[in-house]
Amino acid sequence: MQSEIEMTLLLLILLPFAAGLLCFLFRPAARPIALATAAALMGLGISAAFASKEGALVFSQPWLPQLGASFSLLGDGLSTMLTALTGVVILAVMLMQMNKPVENAHAFYGLLMFSIAGINGVFLAADGLLFYFFWELALIPIYFLCSRWGGERRIQVTFKFFVYTFVGSLMMLAGLIYLYLQTPTHSYAWHELAGVARSLPAGTQLWVFVLVFVAFAIKIPVFPFHTWQPDTYEISAPAVTIVLSALMVKMGMYGVIRWVLPFFPDVLTQYGNVFITLGVIGIVYASCLAIAQTDLKRLIAYSSIAHMGLMVAGAFSMKSPDVMHAGINSSYSGLVVQMFNHGINIAGLWLIAQMIEERYGTRDLRKLGGMASGAPWISATLVIVAFANISLPLTNGFVGEFMLFNGIFQSASQYHILFMVLAGTGIILGAAYMLSMVRSVAYGELAEGLITPDLSANEGWAMAIIITLIIFLGLYPQPLIQLAQPGFLSWNHVAQLVTGLV
Amino acid sequence: MQGMIQNAWLVPLFPLIGFLINGLGWKVLPRKVGGAIGSLSVLASFVVSLLLFFEVRAGGSGTVNLFPFIVSNTLNIPFAFQIDALSSLFLLIITGVGFLIHVYSVGYMAEEEGMVKYFAFLNLFVFSMMLLVMGANYLILFIGWEGVGLCSYLLIGFWYKNHDYTSAGRKSFVMNRIGDLAFIVGMLLVLYCYGTLTYADFFPQIGASGDLVSTNAKEWIAICFFIGATGKSAQIPLFTWLPDAMAGPTPVSALIHAATMVTAGIYMIARSHVLYDAAPMAREIVAWVGLATALLTATIALKQYDIKKVLAYSTVSQLGFMFIALGCGAYTTAVFHVMTHAFFKALLFLGAGSVIHAMGGEQDMRSMGGLGRKMRITQITFLIACLAIAGIPGFSGFFSKDEIVSAAYAHGGLLYAGALLGSVLTAFYMFRLYTLTFTGSFRGTHEQEHHLHESPANMTLPLIVLAILSVVGGYVGMPAVMAPHHLLSDFLGLNGAVVNEAGFLEHFEALHHQEWMLIGISSAVAIIASIAGWAAHRKPRFVPNKGLALAFEKKWWVDELYDAVVVRPILALSSAFDRGAERKGIDGAVNGVGKLVRWGAERMRLLQSGQVGYYLFVMVLGIAVLLAIGFFANPL
Amino acid sequence: MPTQYYLFLALAMFCIGVMGTLMRRNAIIIFMCIELMLNAVNLLLVAFSKMYGHADAQIMVFFIMVVAAAEVSVGLAVIVLMYRKVHSVDINILNRLKH
Repeated sequence: MQSEIEMTLLLLILLPFAAGLLCFLFRPAARPIALATAAALMGLGISAAFASKEGALVFSQPWLPQLGASFSLLGDGLSTMLTALTGVVILAVMLMQMNKPVENAHAFYGLLMFSIAGINGVFLAADGLLFYFFWELALIPIYFLCSRWGGERRIQVTFKFFVYTFVGSLMMLAGLIYLYLQTPTHSYAWHELAGVARSLPAGTQLWVFVLVFVAFAIKIPVFPFHTWQPDTYEISAPAVTIVLSALMVKMGMYGVIRWVLPFFPDVLTQYGNVFITLGVIGIVYASCLAIAQTDLKRLIAYSSIAHMGLMVAGAFSMKSPDVMHAGINSSYSGLVVQMFNHGINIAGLWLIAQMIEERYGTRDLRKLGGMASGAPWISATLVIVAFANISLPLTNGFVGEFMLFNGIFQSASQYHILFMVLAGTGIILGAAYMLSMVRSVAYGELAEGLITPDLSANEGWAMAIIITLIIFLGLYPQPLIQLAQPGFLSWNHVAQLVTGLV
Repeated sequence: MQGMIQNAWLVPLFPLIGFLINGLGWKVLPRKVGGAIGSLSVLASFVVSLLLFFEVRAGGSGTVNLFPFIVSNTLNIPFAFQIDALSSLFLLIITGVGFLIHVYSVGYMAEEEGMVKYFAFLNLFVFSMMLLVMGANYLILFIGWEGVGLCSYLLIGFWYKNHDYTSAGRKSFVMNRIGDLAFIVGMLLVLYCYGTLTYADFFPQIGASGDLVSTNAKEWIAICFFIGATGKSAQIPLFTWLPDAMAGPTPVSALIHAATMVTAGIYMIARSHVLYDAAPMAREIVAWVGLATALLTATIALKQYDIKKVLAYSTVSQLGFMFIALGCGAYTTAVFHVMTHAFFKALLFLGAGSVIHAMGGEQDMRSMGGLGRKMRITQITFLIACLAIAGIPGFSGFFSKDEIVSAAYAHGGLLYAGALLGSVLTAFYMFRLYTLTFTGSFRGTHEQEHHLHESPANMTLPLIVLAILSVVGGYVGMPAVMAPHHLLSDFLGLNGAVVNEAGFLEHFEALHHQEWMLIGISSAVAIIASIAGWAAHRKPRFVPNKGLALAFEKKWWVDELYDAVVVRPILALSSAFDRGAERKGIDGAVNGVGKLVRWGAERMRLLQSGQVGYYLFVMVLGIAVLLAIGFFANPL
Repeated sequence: MPTQYYLFLALAMFCIGVMGTLMRRNAIIIFMCIELMLNAVNLLLVAFSKMYGHADAQIMVFFIMVVAAAEVSVGLAVIVLMYRKVHSVDINILNRLKH
């Protein structure tokens, strides 16, 4: 029975991959295939998340024994939470896409599915080489998606995005290979790499840390590695934007939590403040930038950067990874909760942005307006999602941010109060730009002769998923908080789990 | 009805159901049904609240644990309600006044297209307000705290087509957020120092033998909470949103921006009285900020012409009085004033709503006058409210305000003088308002005069009920020299819910003549100021204001100041970031790397000259160099 | 004959080849010079083979001759094509890569 549950880990990766192939093979059926896969992925992801409460799921098979790499997957609370998020988000995306024609649909959905396979793989991989493999598998389809189905300037922007993230990936690969060479058994297994990294001298740790961290920092993105993001979000197709900002961004955050924090304890004790500062700068700076934006998509992009800044600050305020695993600090729970919720909320915002752009034909906030008269239900969802995004209590955004604030406040850093207060200005500035956005879009008079149809059925279903989760998890966040507890009890614990099956 | 406390969750449940029905069905439900659902749900809550009240009065109190909210291995915050004297009293005020205002709204909003939506928001507000007062820990309080902010935002911008209104809504939310941040910091400090947010765990720790937390830390906690309160309860420096909030429909102003939401800060501090007793510095700040706000906004109210703006500034000023009381440690007095203020200020706003309704939306008092002849009920009830707020003996405001002034007297001479000046100003501007609106001759257009009418029964009935409450509401808290028992204080003291700081009431125990003297002074100044207010505006002439009066009319330019000091710099910074740091700086650096590579490539490309002879030469040279290296590296 | 004579001869041939390759502009001459260098190497290989009494090096010579033959056929074809295009076998005319 246990092994069947553990097969779900494999299915989470193989299913979208197979679906991607099928999309290319049976071209006319691409959209239904993708939709069905999305629904199945949501079910699998959520069931894996529930199963992981009993104890982490592990799957391991030999892969490239000559290189010391194995196909080992680890599904603890953090990982399964993220695969559940992938399922939910991709289902919402697919529902939204049902009445939107796409050129070369088979290639679009096929690539999307490949990318999802990669993303789930990243969240589950417990082997360094496998992790890198999935990391690139997720990225490369996105490159084609952005460059073929994007808006103006797409070639230029996508090129920059790709080169930027690829440079990061290669640095990470270099770091992983370095650690691999240091392992006594020449193995890529997570626990071997972590064990070696932890025993490196502080100076070496710093260099390897930089190599590995930069890849994640670009993906998250951490200030000042963020400039690819608004451009890329602006030009890519809405479905792709959602995959990028709700899921791929989480890859970076997940990478930090799983592949950085437990690896480099000395760096964190020594330079933890630097990275909390970067996170906090990200919050304030991106919030200020969001205020200045006149393009709806860019505004959402900067708001996402600001929210990720808080997560980065929270992650590094755990300071010592052993503190994290012992659960002394609430940042870890906060991260688990907030990563999920940010994914939901930002997906909701992009879905609404997509609907707005389709109806108005523009994203310029100065030209929008009056949606509350034309499309009241969309406006209502916009208000709900916007308030969730500025973490109003009883929406999902609040719980995670509160726990992260608490984590930063309780951290061992000597500037903990200052960090928390500065991070907190994000909720003030966030309210300012989000409400300005709502005001520009929904309020005011509708332009003469403009018809803005309200939610269609499939759009309604997509938004219903998002809003149900926003309210439910805002009122009762326990299912998520519980995911932060077992499975990740200690570094040694995970190591034992993985070694037990290799 | 024993055991009602365990069913206290029914109280917020009804408005929640009302909200869900109206919120989901706002497009299909007829207006009357929406209004009925909205009002009845609050009525049902009122009935349950009454039952709760009687049970609490019989000595009951308790906590209702609903479900774990944020429970991890480091945090333990249940979703729980605490029912005691303080919360049950607030529940009564909220549901009671709330119900009357709902009924009034049915008439006031009858012509409004979005009436069902309006009732959905109103019910959501009542729901949030209940969470605020019933929560058993600061986080549940904060949920309600932000929830009422949301409803306030939605209702201020109810007429969403008007850009000024929606920006007023935004302003209120953002300014409240500033306070909320401080509140969050306060909560985190409590968590940091005491490891809990639950009242029942937190308060007993303060001052207990094992309490190792420094007074300094307690001061900071108290100050952070107070900054939160300045946002929600519109005190200096975060008060400017409240006058703007008058953009919402008038019943909203009555319910949210006068009777209930803005008193959340007072509730919170009264709830945390143990903390504030342990933080003398913070309490001093509370008192002086309260006084400053009371006086500053009272002067502004003197010269406003918009009937709702006068009432708004008067609300801020009265809230200031409540903070004076809190700062003096007279917590029950503040709660007492919350109660009486809820009655008469709701009445004033509803009366003003009735006037605005009759005037067809006109709010400028310069176009009013002599309305009393056409709207007798409104006039009389409004007069009662004015008498009450002015502190004329016999009316409810007299008792509560007298208690505040006495508390200030016990605290110190300067505070007393300030509070007295505040009540003089209050009486003056209220009678200015009354005189300009209801007496004299009509100054508006002919059409408006023709349109004037008394409001329908469902609007006047709440006025009458509130007028009665505004008269009798004060008799629950008579001064010690008049009655043996202070009913309200006794009730609030049940199970130690709220107790005045020791030493305040005792001050007068031995000095009955002093208390009589204080009552005499405050009654006299209130009466004189009221008459002065009436006399000065009996024959109004509206000339442009100069000097100090201009400063009053222009609200001391506080909005302009904030605009120049806070808003504009942030906007300037934002666009500077956007154009400078972001595009030229960071992105420039990123693109710079790309450009560097391209530049380098351009140079490197020139090595490929295309001259075959040159290639051959380089090749031979290369071979020679390799051979040389090979030779020197591994000598034969 | 002592082996060093062959060495000097091979060295001389090789240097002539290098110099010719570098100095001349006529593609066919350059081609011939390359052949000269190859044959210098061949000569060396044969000489050393004789010296050590070992036949391995002579196998290498065959390899080189085969490769050189193949190379000549391709190279001459290229030169013929080049002549057809530009009516010249001057290598300095073929500098289009520069642009």
